[in-house]
Amino acid sequence: MEILVCVKRVPTVGGAITLTADGRSVDTRMSGFTISPHEECAVEEAVRLVERFGGSVTVVTLGPVAAEEQLRACLALGASAAILLELVPGVEAGPVATAAALFSVAQFSVAQQSVAADGGFDLVLLGNEASDTGDYQVGIRLAHLLGRPVATGIKSLSVADSGESVVASRTYRGALETFSLPLPCVVTVKEGINLPRYPSLPGRLRAKRAAITRVPVSPEPEGLRMTSLRVPDAPRQQATVLGHGVAAVPALVTALSELGVIS
Amino acid sequence: MTVFCLVETDDGAIIDASLRALTLARGLAADGLAAANGSNGGPVLAAVVFGDPPTADLAAYGIPDVYAVSGIDGYAPQAWARALGGLLSPEPAPEMAGHAVVVAAGTDRGNEVLAHLGAITRLPMAANCTAAVDNGGALEITRQRWAGLLLEEAVFEEALFEAPVALLTVATDVVSPVPADELTAVAVHAVEPVLAEGDLAVRAVETSAGTGGASLATARVVIGGGRGVGSADGFAPLEELAALLGGVVGVSRVVTSEGWRPHTQQVGQTGTKITPDLYLACGISGAIQHIAGCSGAKNIIAINTDPDAPMMTRADYAVVGNLHEVIPALVAALRERAAP
Repeated sequence: MEILVCVKRVPTVGGAITLTADGRSVDTRMSGFTISPHEECAVEEAVRLVERFGGSVTVVTLGPVAAEEQLRACLALGASAAILLELVPGVEAGPVATAAALFSVAQFSVAQQSVAADGGFDLVLLGNEASDTGDYQVGIRLAHLLGRPVATGIKSLSVADSGESVVASRTYRGALETFSLPLPCVVTVKEGINLPRYPSLPGRLRAKRAAITRVPVSPEPEGLRMTSLRVPDAPRQQATVLGHGVAAVPALVTALSELGVIS
Repeated sequence: MTVFCLVETDDGAIIDASLRALTLARGLAADGLAAANGSNGGPVLAAVVFGDPPTADLAAYGIPDVYAVSGIDGYAPQAWARALGGLLSPEPAPEMAGHAVVVAAGTDRGNEVLAHLGAITRLPMAANCTAAVDNGGALEITRQRWAGLLLEEAVFEEALFEAPVALLTVATDVVSPVPADELTAVAVHAVEPVLAEGDLAVRAVETSAGTGGASLATARVVIGGGRGVGSADGFAPLEELAALLGGVVGVSRVVTSEGWRPHTQQVGQTGTKITPDLYLACGISGAIQHIAGCSGAKNIIAINTDPDAPMMTRADYAVVGNLHEVIPALVAALRERAAP
């Protein structure tokens, strides 16, 4: 089974998000970088499937050269090939351009080492949404470009022993929604689908030496144009302290009553 | 301009997230009407629903037209998108004038259907908007990045927007659902969609998730537990309190990473965004990814041993103390209060 996993380099956000002086991007001078928890789970899911069915995991990202750090982290977890769709630093690709760039890779056949008419990968996995821009659409746009079925927000994925179909499910408003899809297909996953492993030492060493394929990309401008970013105002005042320890319980009961939670 | 709003229903009533979307859509339609000096000759605001139209709710929200799509059994995202797309062509709505905006709730389904519509039509889509203004032809929106920790101001490029359609979903935790000032008579238009091959290939089969129907996303009371709970067993008093208050338990990311509770209960950027009347956060320090998931709560009470924890300063009310002492005492007090 040949699996493509799409990931994105994003800043590690700790205390608060701060912006650059021009207000057009997140200030990352003091932050590390990572991929989102959804994508860590996508990589783990892919590695587990290849352990079961054979084949290989290819990981791809669209980003600056520095995103090789995230590709190597994925290689350390068990991906065997990595592709960097390289953006000039500072250039952001929107969701339409991102799907188009990923499409160019998703058509590639690992076995034939060329572009295959029916696409080379049995399964393309993405995170449900990127943790920074949160566009909620790249996986679906990619699936339409490929002409393949897609399921999104998936928290349980089960591939038939034949390797020909998958059953994917998620919870929605307290009910379980289950989708059946033929392979090849596209699936976007969410954190919770599995518990990702830690990289092994041999994995890290292999990742350090691995060659990464680099392809320059110039994204087209999007129909939705960002004009500025801002951090929302802190909405609340200082909390009213109801008390300390069990002595606060009567005040807590009064507060619950005033809020209408108890009658 | 016509504003279409995809409406999701549950047991015949419009879900909270869709009521928020309808509120934003109604404001946008009023903008458009004002820009066109009060008449553009066509419907300006219409709901789209799959299945039976919830006319009472639509009347209360001032939605004069509803397109009721039949013939699609259950939830099939691409088929829903195709049906929505069919409304945008002149055939079913010949009186439609000018451009259109399609609005949906920023739910798993709403974002998914509009992304399909964007892919089918090659139109841009803005996910999880908190505001939208029709500024005389240019559609300006504010949308959430980082699950709402950052806001993006953006504009649908005029060259694109003049001609066809803008797609946007509405954040589930910011715009408040507000009924219209007065009831509106609702005209129902039956629609039989024209689907393309493969549109029904992916469809949901719904079964109970075994949660007894209680859903974190829609609960009115959420009792939150974090690292301070300390163990899987430590959640028993929180469960007891949740049952007393008619709520459900939600947890922080560390709790699911430790395997104390299932991931379905995780509140936050990569879990569920909640919008309860009360979030009672126990032993949760308040990482910003968690705050992103609970900032839609109307009221927050935090219980923590550390008075300077971000969750404590972010809350409306705070109790400085050990949750393992405070929660059992609160449960006892509530039981005593309820006793005759």
